[in-house]
Amino acid sequence: MLTFTIRRLILSVPTLLFISLVIFLLLELAPGDPMAQVPLTVPPEVKEKMREALGLGQPAPIRFWKWLVQFFWIEPQVLVDHYFGTTFSQGDLRVISWQTRSPVMDIVIQRMPQTLWVVGTAYVVAIIIALPIGIYSAYRQYSWFDQLGTFVSMVGFSVPPFFSGVLVIVIFSVQLGWFPSIYDTTHVVDSWDGFVYQLKQMIMPVMVLALQITAQLSRFMRASMLDNLNQDYVRTARAKGLSEYVVVMVHVLRNSMIPVVTVIALGIPSIFGGAIITEQVFKVNGIGQLLIGAIQANDLPMVQTLTFIFAILIVLFNLIADVLYGILDPRIRYD
Amino acid sequence: MTELSNPIPSKPPRSQWLDVWDQFKSHRGALMGGILFLLIVASVYLGPLFWDIEATHIDIRARNQGPSWAHPFGTDQLGRDMMARMMAGGSTSVSVGLTAMALALFLGSFIGVLAGFFKRLDGPLMRLTDLFLALPLLPLLLVMMLLFREPLNAAFGPEQGIFILIVCAIGVTSWMPTARIVRGDVLAIKEREFVLAARSIGTSNNGLITRHILPNVLSPIMVSATLGIATAIITESSLSFLGLGFPPDFPTWGRLLFDATDYLQQHPERVFWPGMAISLTVLSVNYLGDGLRDALDPRIRGR
Repeated sequence: MLTFTIRRLILSVPTLLFISLVIFLLLELAPGDPMAQVPLTVPPEVKEKMREALGLGQPAPIRFWKWLVQFFWIEPQVLVDHYFGTTFSQGDLRVISWQTRSPVMDIVIQRMPQTLWVVGTAYVVAIIIALPIGIYSAYRQYSWFDQLGTFVSMVGFSVPPFFSGVLVIVIFSVQLGWFPSIYDTTHVVDSWDGFVYQLKQMIMPVMVLALQITAQLSRFMRASMLDNLNQDYVRTARAKGLSEYVVVMVHVLRNSMIPVVTVIALGIPSIFGGAIITEQVFKVNGIGQLLIGAIQANDLPMVQTLTFIFAILIVLFNLIADVLYGILDPRIRYD
Repeated sequence: MTELSNPIPSKPPRSQWLDVWDQFKSHRGALMGGILFLLIVASVYLGPLFWDIEATHIDIRARNQGPSWAHPFGTDQLGRDMMARMMAGGSTSVSVGLTAMALALFLGSFIGVLAGFFKRLDGPLMRLTDLFLALPLLPLLLVMMLLFREPLNAAFGPEQGIFILIVCAIGVTSWMPTARIVRGDVLAIKEREFVLAARSIGTSNNGLITRHILPNVLSPIMVSATLGIATAIITESSLSFLGLGFPPDFPTWGRLLFDATDYLQQHPERVFWPGMAISLTVLSVNYLGDGLRDALDPRIRGR
């Protein structure tokens, strides 16, 4: 198991390097010019110097190498400096955003809590809802509850977040006026009322995200339970005289959870991508909105860094899912 | 001469597709989904023949109207008829969905068959698939939109160019699940006796793949085709919704929804129609895929 994990970890390094190269080369073709906003009165030689200050004007391989060094060597140093008060990164050039001329990672760190709060809550809510639905629909296969669950999850698959989001805004904030339609990220929870307000503004984005995740997870849970319910060990457990609750909730559930847990792990990075639209609808200024803004403003270092962070998340959680599968299921041996 | 006990079969032989159709019919959701999808496609493509208001015709005096006989879905802020725009938008969205699905399907089956059939290609091609799966797709799609919009617009005109771009972008980023499924099935079928028999009478690799293997992996390909339409339509609408899809005067369902969000407070029904159209299309296609999966699986058939 350990050797497998180590081998996969080592293998993921060239994968990530290749992905970063693909992203870099794609952006290399971009038509945008960071100097487009600079007034025409600025003389060309000054412009040239500004370009060099942004790290442009060198051949592509050198810029790619510089970006790699900045991302993998200098940024971690900055993090260490921040926590321990050391001065490793003093004077080093960090990845600079063309929009704000400030380090990209600082902005990412600023935006991270909003995304994590909304997306994380949605994920937890979805898991809490989806698992019981999946278990019960499998236990009573083809009952009205199962049919209803199938239909609801089909709808959850089919309604895109930009429609369900707008729909809940129309219903709950335009018609009923219960919740605010825009997520206020400057809001600080310091009192009971503040907490209630925070809860109110979180309900709609969480609802929209959770609907999608619930749909997928409950289908998966149901299928996995159905696979296990007809196994011989279930008959054995019943024959031993165990109560129905113990049979389903202990014997069957534990075995059914194995694939579901890996699916949950696999879904975490895709949620960051899926949240782009939800963040846009509810004006949550999280990571997804940062990416859209950077794309529209032609801010290539920001786009590159964010896309690469998404790629790291995907590779990492793929690895975690595989390792979890091996740990949870003793029948699977990677060696 | 002894007579055969039953010289003439009482029933004509049944073809495989008749069995599939029988199973498909018994899945009520799938049947309804299929009918609904055909209805949507027909109304979107044939509707403009019967509804002769142009989607781009501006009638500023009739702006912001509610539903009436002249304009069943009302009109927008420039007095354009919403029903005509829904049809025009739908034909774009559905065309993008079908074409992108066809492209993804072709790529996926091609890579899947190559990887499954030729042992030497298996490793590299599957690594390539893993790599594509590890790419963050929506951000990458957005980046592709940003990059290639200008040159393609210059080469093919704004509408044709963006159509090609969106179809290629969606197709290139969504072939991986098909490739994986097809590879798995090809690996299993390759070891079967009929393939060995075909090889022993000297069938070439080409003939083996096209005559013997491809027909047997048709069912997973068809199922992923239906699901591919659904994802392609949703992806196109998301791109349009984020403002990175088709140009503003060129309606698609996602674009109509995006435009309507500005008038959310006054005219919420304008959000409702395109959103409903997208959701219904995707829902019907998903049900269709579900039914096809059951109908094409001989182990479930007949139960």
